[in-house]
Amino acid sequence: MASQGDPLLSVRDLHTSFPIRSALLRREVGRVQAVSGVSFDLRPGRTLGLVGESGSGKTTLARTIIGLERPESGQVLFDGRDLFAMSGAELRRTRRQIQMIFQDPYSSLNPRLTVEQIISEAWVIHPGVVPRNRWSAEVKDLLARVGLNPDHADRYPHQFSGGQRQRIGIARALALRPRLVICDEPVSALDVSVQAQVLNLLIDLQADLGLTYLFISHDLSVVRHVSDEVAVMYLGKIVETGTVDQIFATPVHPYTQALLSAVPVPRPWDAPPRQQIVLAGDIPSPVSPPSGCRFRTRCWKAQPRCAEDEPALTDRLADHRSACHFPELPAHTATASAARP
Amino acid sequence: MDNARDNAMGNASTAAAADCVVATRPLLSVRDLTVQFRTRAGTITAVDGVSFDLAEGETLAVLGETGSGKSVMAQALMGLVPRPAGRVTGGQIVYDGTDLLSRPLSYTRKLCGTELAMVFQDPLSSLNPVFRVGAQIGELFRRHRGASRAEARRKAIELMDRVGIPAAARRVDDYPHQFSGGMRQRVMIAMALALRPRLLIADEPTTALDVTVQAQIMALLAELKAEHRMSLILITHDLGLVAGVADRVMVMYAGRVVETGGLREVYETLAHPYTRGLMASIPALQGQRERLTPIAGSPPDLLRLPGGCSFQPRCRFATDICRIRRPELAPVPGRPESHRAACHHVEEVIAHGVPG
Amino acid sequence: MRMDRATERMPHIADDRAAVDPVVDPADRSAGSTRSAATRPADDMPPAAEGRRRGRPGGVRIVCSLLVVASYVVAAVIGPVLLKYDPVATDLSVRLKPPGTRLPDGSIAVFGTDQVGQDVLAQMAQGARVSITVGVATLVLAGLIGVSFGLLAGYFGGWLDAVLMRLADIQLTFPSILLAIFIASILGPSVVNVVIVLAISNWVTFARVTRSQVLGIKRRDFVDATRTLGARTWHLVIRTILPSCTASILVVATVVLGHVILAEASLSFLGLGTPASTPSWGVTIANGRDYLSNAWWISTIPGIGLAVLVISFGVLGDALRDRFDPRMKSL
Repeated sequence: MASQGDPLLSVRDLHTSFPIRSALLRREVGRVQAVSGVSFDLRPGRTLGLVGESGSGKTTLARTIIGLERPESGQVLFDGRDLFAMSGAELRRTRRQIQMIFQDPYSSLNPRLTVEQIISEAWVIHPGVVPRNRWSAEVKDLLARVGLNPDHADRYPHQFSGGQRQRIGIARALALRPRLVICDEPVSALDVSVQAQVLNLLIDLQADLGLTYLFISHDLSVVRHVSDEVAVMYLGKIVETGTVDQIFATPVHPYTQALLSAVPVPRPWDAPPRQQIVLAGDIPSPVSPPSGCRFRTRCWKAQPRCAEDEPALTDRLADHRSACHFPELPAHTATASAARP
Repeated sequence: MDNARDNAMGNASTAAAADCVVATRPLLSVRDLTVQFRTRAGTITAVDGVSFDLAEGETLAVLGETGSGKSVMAQALMGLVPRPAGRVTGGQIVYDGTDLLSRPLSYTRKLCGTELAMVFQDPLSSLNPVFRVGAQIGELFRRHRGASRAEARRKAIELMDRVGIPAAARRVDDYPHQFSGGMRQRVMIAMALALRPRLLIADEPTTALDVTVQAQIMALLAELKAEHRMSLILITHDLGLVAGVADRVMVMYAGRVVETGGLREVYETLAHPYTRGLMASIPALQGQRERLTPIAGSPPDLLRLPGGCSFQPRCRFATDICRIRRPELAPVPGRPESHRAACHHVEEVIAHGVPG
Repeated sequence: MRMDRATERMPHIADDRAAVDPVVDPADRSAGSTRSAATRPADDMPPAAEGRRRGRPGGVRIVCSLLVVASYVVAAVIGPVLLKYDPVATDLSVRLKPPGTRLPDGSIAVFGTDQVGQDVLAQMAQGARVSITVGVATLVLAGLIGVSFGLLAGYFGGWLDAVLMRLADIQLTFPSILLAIFIASILGPSVVNVVIVLAISNWVTFARVTRSQVLGIKRRDFVDATRTLGARTWHLVIRTILPSCTASILVVATVVLGHVILAEASLSFLGLGTPASTPSWGVTIANGRDYLSNAWWISTIPGIGLAVLVISFGVLGDALRDRFDPRMKSL
């Protein structure tokens, strides 16, 4: 078993892609490069926020880690062991410890099952985790824990509101007592007033149960609120990673800067003035991403070097990594000279 | 094209708009608008006695969540309330001096496109998938301006270029699904603005878009609005989005207006508990990371609205009077007259302090 | 590829919005956000308003058609007990009597008598038993085959899907009458053979409908969610996906049942169905063929009875589809 200091989840150079098939003969005519060489570590009890927009690959990354997609290459290490090198009973036992909360509360619950059946389905699939005679009590426990009325266990999903359904989804994810929970945009489909409730719940659960979160979202304010570390993704690659304070206070990569400047703030007159960056153009196709640095087609700093030479994710400032040839390093840093040509 | 622009995040648009707002008759004047839906389970009042004015060149933001009635209200303005289940059961919509509700629907329909225009939330389902984009835009010119096919095509390309679609001459023959989300929304905006309407209603125009694309679209809207001297009603749930563009704000809850006033006034005072709760539910992008104080309870069930104030089950300031008497929209004491809130305990709410 | 909320229209293939946009990562935010934007319950439109197309959910139609069907079933069960029918007992003295004639033994021939003196009503009651039995048996057999194939084809896709669907296409191009003749000539006419023939001709509808349902459902989040819990294929197919298909399958079943009963009558009419001793409606109608001018009631009345039953099934199926459709949509 790995010790406390070791990462719970380690992703090493993960590549996942999807084939595009021609209509007639279904021959492969191209591949969508959804995840192209992603690596990161996640320590127990921490929350890593994964931020990105369409085409960033963050959802595919989550689905690969949880086993819904197969990677082309790379490793996903849980507790030091590669999930894709395991099989059979060991794999099932390990995968039990990784669960997922889905984005859409309206389609992530089986409409034909009662809440009790939805949650206890986990124990149907894995007999032995909870003894049969305790199922009803456990379900009520879980419902109470997520802030729902335990007496509603015999109701159907359509009788609940969006926020309540999301709580049911959370209760289901907790049924197998996981150690790692992947949250795929868990509050994006909820009203603002309900978002806050669910966010508070997730934070409380982490503290109570010692969970580790991989929190995926396109909403930067939400990510900032729950994360300890943040990784910013663009077109299948991580372009910047660091602690939440580092990323939000001193973003280094141009994309991160653009992203942060685009987020609307409720009281802009109160906040310190921000540089307004409006990116040109659209995100390139993930089928044939730009050569070199993938962000160069929309980057105002782009030079010829960016087309030839793909920048590696480099640690320039104490665990604050960025993949750019011309990063904007904070003025007070002594090591700023590292990447300048 | 745009690169980095230094623009103090603030109210450049407000300053310009303030000059435009002359003390003449408002362009749009809505009084006591009520829209109801007949369902199997009963009658729902989606919009309940909403009143507001909109001056020329002004931007009004309508803020609300699920069940607030904001989209239905927009549909009522455009004569798009789905029938026969939905009906406008009361009120007036006075556009440029004429009450649209006293005229047959065909009158409103004639105004659509030429004077009134709407941009919808999901461009993929709002654009016709089997027609080319150029044809859809051009159709407006052919139908309303009697333009020839060639002329309409030329105008379509011009418009697509204006809204920032690269290689417009080539893309005019593409179908909607060949565009990305942001580009489709630009096409929608092009269609909406083709005939230079005086009033544009944007119903959640950027909700389905990435945040960087959202910024592009909002910038485009601001440009076009200034260029055409257009009034804009922006419907959204995003308080931050509003802050960049709106002159005035109207907050809706369960079909009623709960607070309205100038942008800064409302945002800084937060006279209604719902507005206050909304602001407190948003995690901050800068500054201290504090625990959020969400609004208790769930969004309102329009079939089972409580008596009195519809927000009262979720309100921490609620007392007995709130359960009995429905609060009317009244000027907030100590604030400019344009700032109104529908609450029995306005002073107490304000005294509670602005949430971080 | 992720897909947004599938609109469950049966029996057509469900929507696949994400597949249409080639520019964006199929599994990423745009598809997700279109989903989230679309699934915020139409902002202010309460879910119940989705049913506004119909004032009622077809309740009247369901009740009426069920009543008609139920009365036929009752007639089939009780009828032959009350009205004895002996295929070999003939009484030529009362042959070709019109409906309402009082017979020598005191009873009234409500629908008249046929060419050998048998009471037409008694034959119809007996025939109802045969027709409905054949219908239900065929339905069960065709349903089992069709649903299984549809599940396999829809869930696994690939070559299995291709093979099964080509099999279905071949089946459809093969005229069922030809098949019936073929089997009847080899095995001889009997009730069992009729069931086999009809089942072989009708499994395809079940398969196609099931397959299209499965294609739509298997991409929904709750299937993924059950998979992440660790469920294996069997559990996913039988306990997660299949229950969501049952509504559509049920609707199809009612329609196919009507069709099968009619088909059996046709086969019997042609002499390829049940043997002449078992008086299914087709046989009765066939028997009366020669007497249409002077004893029209022998063919016509069973014909009307058959038509009413088939129409009732059609109406029932229609109403059930309407009843289930909006509820699916509001999810």
